[in-house]
Amino acid sequence: MSMKTLLAATALTSALAVPAFAQTEIEFWHAMGGSLGDTVNQIATDFNASQDEVQITPVFKGTYEEALTSGIAAFRAGEQPNILQVFDAGAATVIGARGAVVPVETLLTDAGADFDIEDYIAGVRYFYADADGTMIGMPFNSSTPVMYYNVEALETAGVTAPVTWEEFQTVTAPALAEAGYIPMTQSHMPWIFTENFFSRHNLQFATANNGYDGTDVTINMDSPELMAHWAAFKSWVDQGYAGFYGAAWGDNATPFEQGEVAMWLGSSGSFGGLQQTADFEFSATYLPYWEGVTSEPTQTFIGGAALFAMSGHSDEENAATAAFFEYLTSPEVQFMWHQQTGYVPVTEAAYELAKSEGHYEEFPAAEIGIQQLQLPAGEWTRGYRMGFYVQIRDVMNREYTRFLQGDVELEDAFATIKTEADELLARFAQTQGG
Amino acid sequence: MKRAAFNHRLLPVALLVPQIAIIAIFFYWPAWTAIQSSFYLEDPFGFGSTFVGTDNYTRLFASSEYLKVAQFTILFTVIITVFALGAALLLAVKADKVLRGARTYRTLLMWVYAIAPPVAGFIGVMLFDQNIGPMTDLFNWLGHDYRLGLNYMDTAFAMTITSIWIQIPVNFIFFLSGLQSIPQSVKEAAMIDNASPTRRFWETTFPLLAPTAFFLLIINITYALFDTFGVIDTIVYGNPASNPMTLVYKVFVDGFRGNDIGGSSAQSVVLMLLVLGLTIFQFRMLERRIHYT
Repeated sequence: MSMKTLLAATALTSALAVPAFAQTEIEFWHAMGGSLGDTVNQIATDFNASQDEVQITPVFKGTYEEALTSGIAAFRAGEQPNILQVFDAGAATVIGARGAVVPVETLLTDAGADFDIEDYIAGVRYFYADADGTMIGMPFNSSTPVMYYNVEALETAGVTAPVTWEEFQTVTAPALAEAGYIPMTQSHMPWIFTENFFSRHNLQFATANNGYDGTDVTINMDSPELMAHWAAFKSWVDQGYAGFYGAAWGDNATPFEQGEVAMWLGSSGSFGGLQQTADFEFSATYLPYWEGVTSEPTQTFIGGAALFAMSGHSDEENAATAAFFEYLTSPEVQFMWHQQTGYVPVTEAAYELAKSEGHYEEFPAAEIGIQQLQLPAGEWTRGYRMGFYVQIRDVMNREYTRFLQGDVELEDAFATIKTEADELLARFAQTQGG
Repeated sequence: MKRAAFNHRLLPVALLVPQIAIIAIFFYWPAWTAIQSSFYLEDPFGFGSTFVGTDNYTRLFASSEYLKVAQFTILFTVIITVFALGAALLLAVKADKVLRGARTYRTLLMWVYAIAPPVAGFIGVMLFDQNIGPMTDLFNWLGHDYRLGLNYMDTAFAMTITSIWIQIPVNFIFFLSGLQSIPQSVKEAAMIDNASPTRRFWETTFPLLAPTAFFLLIINITYALFDTFGVIDTIVYGNPASNPMTLVYKVFVDGFRGNDIGGSSAQSVVLMLLVLGLTIFQFRMLERRIHYT
């Protein structure tokens, strides 16, 4: 071997080896299973290939609840990942624990990245922010409840998708029932028929600014508008204007996918899945509202989950996390995520890109969620922040199911939810030293 | 009686250490931690905890939901124990009498034992599924609108049936071997003395089976209280809603789903006391009546 080749070989080896040594490895725990998980892995692989300073490893941790619990357990053991995906209902737990996360705004600014909260879509902006409007979690898979409908079913019945619940109960539902369809199902009672009910009608959901201002919170489960909505929903179920198949998401989505149910209130993030499972033409529209409650319906807020940068890592690793967040919120990646899954793009720039690429001309239904998130905002459309909220949702599901089954009366069901939820909120305040 | 003696003092200690260490690490230590945290309300991430005295306990017993779960657990345990033991005993007595193809017959009866609880729970879910379940069709045909996951009683029914079904083979194996260990001479003597097969069973066979039955009673109660977790989890997975659940499942739901560490610790302490009480009762009251040969 000549001296030259040897030198060249050494140079080549060191060129290959140096970045490998300098690479920062970060870990990302998420709850995206199935095809969503494939897309997450794809994003991670693309990110790793796009640069050579950071190597990210995504780890699937099960359901949202399981991911949060593993994250907490790991944190207590001092082995937390750099990034943890936490869902909407768990937001108060992770944001409340002040030392557990590095606010995404601080993380990005410290890393020298441009951060402007105004770059984010209106309905997404403040959901994972604190009382001062500092963004704590990076909105990742964001969706909002929308109404899907079976185009052929509505044509057969000679109706269009209802804009208001009044129209639904007097025109749409009777016609659809007549045509042999179950007019409507919904897949998430707390999210669609409670939380977003308040937002859509611009009603206050909880005291202390929907919970954003502190932990001394009580929930407005005695809202007459909400109770009236539930009384109406039960009467629809009873007279065959609506179906109710259980508290689980799939129970109510399956009959729509099978074509028995004409309209389904689901998530804007269900779009990608529906394209694969539904063999009929479907479209989507805004979540209906009660004209009797408001003549100016407002935007809904997001569900889904956010990515939190967990504390206790070196500056180097935090910078690596920041780099991944920057990559993740770039318009191209957001558009790819939006296109493949149906979750909304979280930034204005990504939305513009999707529009200019003609995505919505091809799939008009894919735009409904993001349009609904940009409807006029109101005082109570930002979101909510309540602790032990997973349990509060469980209480809601339990009492709503009992009410719809005819086991308890409306007033009793709502009184139970209010009592138990307020008690949970008070207990959560205690855990926070409140 | 021959008395075994060690020729070194430390040898028995050394032999005991692994066992004691295992018990200490996997039982005493967690149990102690549970008792401790049941008096606190703690931030899930471990940042702050507030001493709340017996609040977590008083809250439990004031909660109608908790009492409802406790009531369900007791009923669930009694039903499972009675039916799983009863059915297995009947099958074992009958299988004991089969002469032709006995081996195949017994193997078939034991087969279910090889199924893991979550898998069995999943089979249960499929059988009772709203859209595709044959059991649902059967109930609808009989005129009952069966709704798994929606109707409390319907869900409880599916849980109970599935749990009993899995437990029968275990009981069957033990009962069958118990029956086969009864000496032929005793059986023949009973036959000479007594004409009625029913009286023969209750007066000779059953008392001789009592040690086996007592052992199985404990195993079955423990099974219904704790090991039905897999079945329940598969049936209510992700959405407890208004579905029935047992005390153990509630500890899991509040602790691991809801991150309420203080509350679920209090529940596990209650459960610990319940099991302790039950064990004392079983050994004090029941075991005395049993004659071991």
